[in-house]
Amino acid sequence: MTVSASLTARRSVSLAALFARLAPAIFLALLIVLFTALAPRFFSALNLFNVLRQVSIYGILAVGMTFVILTRGIDLSVGALAALAGAVAAVVAKGHADTRFVLPFFPEGLPWEFAALAAILTGGLGGLIQGIIIARLGVPSFVVTLGGMTVFRGLTLIVGNGGPIAGFDADFGWWGRGLIGPVPVPVIVFALVAVVAAVVLGATRYGRSVYAVGANPEAARLCGIDRAKVETSVYALTGLAAGLGGFLLASRLNSAEAVAGSQYELTVIAAVVIGGASLYGGRGGIGGTLVGTLLIGVLLNGLVILNVSPYVQQLLIGAIIVGAVTFDVFIKRQFR
Amino acid sequence: MSLDAAVERAAPGGFVRSGEVILSAETLTKRFFGVTVLEGVSLSLRGGEIRALLGENGAGKSTLINLLSGALQPDEGAVRLDGARIVLPRPLDADRAGIATIRQEFSLFGELSVAESLFAGHLPVNRFGLVDWRQVEGRARQALARLGALIDPRRRVGDLSVAEQQLVEIARALTRRARVVIMDEPTASLSPSEVETLHAIVRKLAADGVAVLYVSHRLEEIVALCHSYTVLRDGRAVAEGEVADVDAEVLARFMVGRAVEKGRQSTNSAGAEVLGVSRLNAAGDAPGAVRDVSFTLRAGEILGLAGIVGAGRTEIARMIFGLDPIGSGELRLAGEAFAPRSPAEAIARGVALVPEDRQKLGVFLELDVVENFAAPRSPKDRFPLDRGREKRLLGEFAAKLALRSPGFDAAIARLSGGNQQKVVLARWLALAPRLLIVDEPTRGVDVAAKADVHALIRRLAAQGVAVLMISSDLPEILALSDRILTLRAGRLTGESRAADASEEALMRLMAGETATPPAEPLRP
Repeated sequence: MTVSASLTARRSVSLAALFARLAPAIFLALLIVLFTALAPRFFSALNLFNVLRQVSIYGILAVGMTFVILTRGIDLSVGALAALAGAVAAVVAKGHADTRFVLPFFPEGLPWEFAALAAILTGGLGGLIQGIIIARLGVPSFVVTLGGMTVFRGLTLIVGNGGPIAGFDADFGWWGRGLIGPVPVPVIVFALVAVVAAVVLGATRYGRSVYAVGANPEAARLCGIDRAKVETSVYALTGLAAGLGGFLLASRLNSAEAVAGSQYELTVIAAVVIGGASLYGGRGGIGGTLVGTLLIGVLLNGLVILNVSPYVQQLLIGAIIVGAVTFDVFIKRQFR
Repeated sequence: MSLDAAVERAAPGGFVRSGEVILSAETLTKRFFGVTVLEGVSLSLRGGEIRALLGENGAGKSTLINLLSGALQPDEGAVRLDGARIVLPRPLDADRAGIATIRQEFSLFGELSVAESLFAGHLPVNRFGLVDWRQVEGRARQALARLGALIDPRRRVGDLSVAEQQLVEIARALTRRARVVIMDEPTASLSPSEVETLHAIVRKLAADGVAVLYVSHRLEEIVALCHSYTVLRDGRAVAEGEVADVDAEVLARFMVGRAVEKGRQSTNSAGAEVLGVSRLNAAGDAPGAVRDVSFTLRAGEILGLAGIVGAGRTEIARMIFGLDPIGSGELRLAGEAFAPRSPAEAIARGVALVPEDRQKLGVFLELDVVENFAAPRSPKDRFPLDRGREKRLLGEFAAKLALRSPGFDAAIARLSGGNQQKVVLARWLALAPRLLIVDEPTRGVDVAAKADVHALIRRLAAQGVAVLMISSDLPEILALSDRILTLRAGRLTGESRAADASEEALMRLMAGETATPPAEPLRP
């Protein structure tokens, strides 16, 4: 009842909140220490860049997904949309998918710039359409993007006529496989995307609207925020990210395949949630998503280096996702 | 104090049709976090009796109902059923004991059929343990027929009107063979003919020997329907007796009881018109929807909007703020036509709304204090956002509002309700509105914070802001307003200068008695 007692209680609440925020980073640091102790070659520059390259495409998608999850939504279509964007990029770059599908006017194909642009626009358009259905028509995002996932997969099969579209020029391939100094190009792209997203979320009116809509959609409306516009935009942004990711994926594999990006959505959602974003909206951020993405990358890489069976890898990742969300729910209850 | 002397006790045998006492409350006391909300309240209900429970908002009516229906446990005192002390750990236990409570928010199931919701929790089953739908429907039909309600038991509850849903609630009580029925403001949202139907049913229940505890704000209804009354004020039972011995005016005085705060000295006779409302109608045609409302509001003026829940006060505010579509009628803001299609448009024109339901509409519990403060869109914001500047700005308001916060970076969920409300107020004040609408500005706010909020509203008006204040707290309305409009069922029933108004008079207007002199719509 006394003032000092209530102040102490408040302080402990704020410590718990601080711990909750830092928990993913602490867990990541512990994992790195653990893997380094068990297998010293884990902590080599070569392997660490390897980890970063492996997670860069997941990471780009996860940055987009962060916006969606902040507004209480979910996007299950990102993997399929990335595959579609990759196929579009491949057709633009090569001028044809196979003998049946030829790019009008440019049967010899176009330079990589056009391919990249086409991929990103494809992703953005796919996301925008889903966003409109979700925000304007009020259909749950889970359903819309579940359907979208199948639709985009189907479109990818149609564009590529079922088969891979492989073999690009060196400029196209540089984006997925090139290096700048010791740093893989996709890692740099990922870093740029993350920085831009962090600035947008943290320092713009739009970014604050995203948080507001997720934290309390009705109160956001009373604050003059156009909820539908904000909601539509986050799916369009995720689509743009998926388009970029699809381009990088096709470049890295030197092939656009219909099954590319399969189940990426699960890894990506896991990364965002492990990073501390709340599926109830309004809480999370790019920093957390980076940590979550790295955590998954480190875990996968470390388990491979330690020769852990892929079956056990799956089990561990699943358990960590459930653990992270349970933790999130638990923390939320502490606040109420 | 002197009114406490007016506590009346019913003369023994004064209640003619009285049966045995079924349910009684003995010196019930309830405290929340050290605050006594109900103190030593006793009350008894006889079979066949319709007892009115009266009191202003916050008098303790809901707490008493919750104690009798097992939703809360008393700290002191006892509930007796047929003379034997009973403990009701859960609402379910009250239900089983034959005490049915019909609340303002119905506990029905929108997606289920009428028959299903009547028997939810105790669906009759056949010998295979499967639901006996034939029996469910038959018994439902029977129960509804007993009320004279023509409702098909197969209809979806969500499709029924409020009045029909209420009948289903009552039918549910009947199927449970309830001996005590507690009704919490059952007529708050009913049309006059529906009220008649409900009254007939309540009388029939009483004639069948059921004891009814009837909560209502409408005094004329109580005089017409109830046999006996108990008045609560500030958590105590201050008057009790036979309705036949009193009239509406006496009951109103029992409810108010305290020295009425003096009306605000009418200010420097206000400035130019800020808001003009003429013949405003809501888009929907639900009973009680806003109809033909006209008024004006001048700069520097505080206009109080009084009425019971559902009278249309919040609906008017929502239309002015662009939240709900306007059916017909015109709004003028500072002399120009004003037809906001979204809150963003209203905000851009200098209108601010502090909503009624703070948790649901006001704050972002996930976000911190500064972000809650800076949430509304403002054209002045530049890129990048300057959190430091926002904090300094909030700091200025924090000083004026006596905001107590563990820091502006703390989650707003850690602030008390009163301080959360201050942050919401500061949010809107930062935009320097010309029209500020406050809806129940001090609901759920402690006494100190309430005084702070009142002082702020007065100061704003002195600075020339036009304030439209909605409140169910009549002393608050009387203390702050220059003029007071009363609404009932979507229509204006009167306009009074605060200096001339009294709680009794306002209460009568809110209950629908026509004003003397009759209310005149203001000419635009």
